[in-house]
Amino acid sequence: MSDAPTGNEADAAAEEAWRSSPEYAAWRERYDAATLRDKPYETMSGVPVEPIYGPGPYPGEYPYTRGVYPSMYRSRLWTMRMFAGFGTAEDTNARFKDILRNGGTGLSTAFDMPTLMGRDSDSPWALGEVGRAGVAVDTLADMEDLFADIDLSGVSTSMTINGPAAVVLAMYIAVAEKTGVPQAKLAGTIQNDIFKEYQAQKEYIYPPRPSVRIVTDMIQYTAAEMPRWHPVSISGYHIREAGSTAAQELAFTLANGFAYVEAAVAAGVDVDEFAGRLSFFFNSHSDFFEEIGKFRAARRIWARWMKERYGATKERSMLCRFHTQTAGVSLTAQQPEINIARVAIQALAGALGGTQSLHTDSFDEALALPTEKAARIALRTQQIVAHETGAADVIDPLGGSDYVEWMTDEMERQAEAIFAHLDDLGQGSILEGVYAGIENGYFVGEIADSAYRFEREVNNGNRIIVGVNAFTDGDDSDQSILRIDASVEEYQRKRLADVKLGRDDAAVQAALAAVTATAADPTANLMPPIIDAVKAYATLEEVSMAMEKEFGTYVEKAII
Amino acid sequence: MARHKRSIPELYAAARSGERRALGRLLTLVERGGAGADQISELAHPDAGRAHIVGITGAPGAGKSTLVGQLVTDLVAAGRNPAVLAVDPSSPLTGGAILGDRIRMDDAAEPGSGKATAFVRSMATRGHSGGLALAVPLAVRVFDAVGYDPVIIETVGVGQVEVDVVGAADTAVVVMTPGTGDAVQANKAGLLEVADLFVVNKADRPGANDVRRDLDLMLDLSHMTGQESETGYRPPIIMASALHGDGSGDVWDAVEAHLTHLDEADLRAVRRRHRIRTEVRARLEQAMAAAAETAMNSERGSQWLDQAERTEIAPTHATNQLLDVLLSDPEEH
Amino acid sequence: MTDTSATDEAPEQLRVILAKLGLDGHDRGIKVVARILRDAGMEVIYLGLRQTTDSIVAAAEQEDADAIGLSMHNAGHMTLAPAMVKAVDEADLGTPVIVGGIVPEDDIQPLLDAGVAAVLGPGTSAEGVAQAVRDAVAAANA
Repeated sequence: MSDAPTGNEADAAAEEAWRSSPEYAAWRERYDAATLRDKPYETMSGVPVEPIYGPGPYPGEYPYTRGVYPSMYRSRLWTMRMFAGFGTAEDTNARFKDILRNGGTGLSTAFDMPTLMGRDSDSPWALGEVGRAGVAVDTLADMEDLFADIDLSGVSTSMTINGPAAVVLAMYIAVAEKTGVPQAKLAGTIQNDIFKEYQAQKEYIYPPRPSVRIVTDMIQYTAAEMPRWHPVSISGYHIREAGSTAAQELAFTLANGFAYVEAAVAAGVDVDEFAGRLSFFFNSHSDFFEEIGKFRAARRIWARWMKERYGATKERSMLCRFHTQTAGVSLTAQQPEINIARVAIQALAGALGGTQSLHTDSFDEALALPTEKAARIALRTQQIVAHETGAADVIDPLGGSDYVEWMTDEMERQAEAIFAHLDDLGQGSILEGVYAGIENGYFVGEIADSAYRFEREVNNGNRIIVGVNAFTDGDDSDQSILRIDASVEEYQRKRLADVKLGRDDAAVQAALAAVTATAADPTANLMPPIIDAVKAYATLEEVSMAMEKEFGTYVEKAII
Repeated sequence: MARHKRSIPELYAAARSGERRALGRLLTLVERGGAGADQISELAHPDAGRAHIVGITGAPGAGKSTLVGQLVTDLVAAGRNPAVLAVDPSSPLTGGAILGDRIRMDDAAEPGSGKATAFVRSMATRGHSGGLALAVPLAVRVFDAVGYDPVIIETVGVGQVEVDVVGAADTAVVVMTPGTGDAVQANKAGLLEVADLFVVNKADRPGANDVRRDLDLMLDLSHMTGQESETGYRPPIIMASALHGDGSGDVWDAVEAHLTHLDEADLRAVRRRHRIRTEVRARLEQAMAAAAETAMNSERGSQWLDQAERTEIAPTHATNQLLDVLLSDPEEH
Repeated sequence: MTDTSATDEAPEQLRVILAKLGLDGHDRGIKVVARILRDAGMEVIYLGLRQTTDSIVAAAEQEDADAIGLSMHNAGHMTLAPAMVKAVDEADLGTPVIVGGIVPEDDIQPLLDAGVAAVLGPGTSAEGVAQAVRDAVAAANA
């Protein structure tokens, strides 16, 4: 044996070096100041583990690659947020109360397709879609039913809606007011990310520029009136579902974030006044290390751009805090039970990527809306990741792995190339670059190309999807799926007709005229007249169309 | 339910009485070419000649579809009966094509609205421009013969095919956008010479006035030797923003003004003559090319080719022998 | 061969209309299918999002479509697909209607009974998609 140190001795010396560094000491001070979860931090076999391994920069420190908070899941696990909404408002209200009874504090609302498109249940467009993929909301009366007997000052509500987001938020504010809860006490998030609608999800109403004006009005309004409300959740999830690569998801999403920042700053809001309440929503797909690299790169890029390009000074403005959902598009209709394994791996990637909240998909979602049992299994899956795997005990446990660090850099490099293209398109403005990319079909074209490449790989067998193009034996399951009773549509139409009969039509028309007039004045904020209109029981479609009179509609160029 | 099978005269009669399904089928047969297309041409020819034919071209992304969508919406609202032939590139590799971005009319979108719509037909180039040169004029003739007016031909790009197709219209419209160098491209392709009016679309964008200035300059510089210049016609430049609904009315006013000019200066017949000569030349070229291929593959043709390969006769000699056969005795080949 | 016509008749090329009927905006699948059919040598007329039965029938007439393909992801297929078939019948087009997307197993037979020519679930191969279109067209023309 030589005198040279063994591998173990060298590692121990390196660990000694960074644990005695001033950077570690500074981080440790913040970590020690945090309240920790009351549990032993040791392995299943009783080996004690440190909160972090490897040199800085540490979590909770710029550029936040390793996490947005100093103690991460040692203080608080990610929020296990599950999406619910189907049928009538009463049906969903019952599920909400179930969630609250079981100790949940976060309500997450899915709306049906007509609602998402600003259409009422009696619109010819709504045929066959009322209450199918979420809850139908036509008027304030439905919102009152949706949150009946729930104390809105004590819950955090997430509402997944974009095109008509202002109208739905106005209804939520009106319901709260009626039950004696001031809007300043309301907590929650409304997705309200219109850019990704043009790029991927396609649930827009107006052309991009007036739509962004509505978003900035909401940013301004909530900044002034609703300190606990998150006015935009910038969402890459749908971009990925539409077929993008991980790097495209990362880049398009963050670029959209930069664009909102530029729009709000242009509208006169100080960046530190609102940036801290922007949040993100990413997809977690099956390529484990690529996903983790993507999440880590997202934090680093956002922090750097906010600080260096947009001059943010508050730490909170630089934090890329995000919600994650497992990849619905990865779920197979063949042998659906094996989706549970996919979801588990994707959920683990989300946790190792440092997500703030997580929705795990139900295994039957490639077939229909989840059944109650499937939704429970999905929740149990992330509980296993949180409580059994030890993944939450050490912060950024994969940080320092040569592969993961390289992947993080690679994701960042690809994203920066896309930002450079958009910056160029917009002649120095990401906002203008995003508008231009929407108009010239850049985003949809890139996403369609990626989706087609993936399908070709699956089709020619170069990419194996278990149960689809390999290992196909055993697809004999007879799944019971959730079906929405067709009578929901009829019920909802009747309810809407009743509401229309019982309201003061003159007041409705006056309120709608005020909405149109405000839309015509770019210096006015749309929220107050919209709140007045929904209080008069103007319908979602009426208010949406009152704005459309001024804003026009958007028809996508069919680009393949 | 099986799809109906009807003879060409039956289809033509039905199309003349306003049945869109029959017209749709006829246009498919036009695209397929051959004897069926010839028969349709014979049938339609006596009934055609009334429609105002408008060609619209421009680079991809110039907003032509949006503009055409607005024009036809306005035309239908005004009681006109427009048809659109949208020519789109196809994949040369497989012969397949995706004809996206089909023109939409604004007000016809509501479910159950039952509103009248323009007749819009997409046509792929099927990998070779030759087919297009035959199919487009015939399709236009069919539209004209069954009562559509105006007939708008929309093409993508600023190449030779577009020049030919658009140049054969009564009124040729070239659409440009700021910041794309379209004007230079169009100049190179010879589109500027055939354009009867220019539309600068997306005129709310920076650089729109630069495009206008460039065009004005090119018009000043070009030696206008055609008939139009003698009558003092200078192609107008219309600033439009089709996406925001601005300027489509101006565009159509200018198209109508051009037609009035053609009528007043007695130039419509000139245009028609040019159109017919272009079509006949294209048909002849295709027929000659096919005949040449047949002659080369004939017994005697093969012999001359073999002899030329063995350097017993010169290629020029082989060619002249084949030409003699082709020109003197066409029935035999 | 002595064909006096200028050109030989081209072989019949299938023309397929693809559309999203109603409000559903999930267009990943239908765009992939458009490319698959193009690569199989067909002409695809992609109408895009937010189409109505009226707009699809109008396009099918004008484009002389051999088949109509709809993609559905919102569980509205039991209402919308039969409505499409009915509209095609009322216009006396005889054009087969093919449905792709998320359709539960139990719904397939009722859709076929309602006159839908074929239902293509997720995971159908490229060849399977193209063949289903050819078969549906052949059956409609039989």
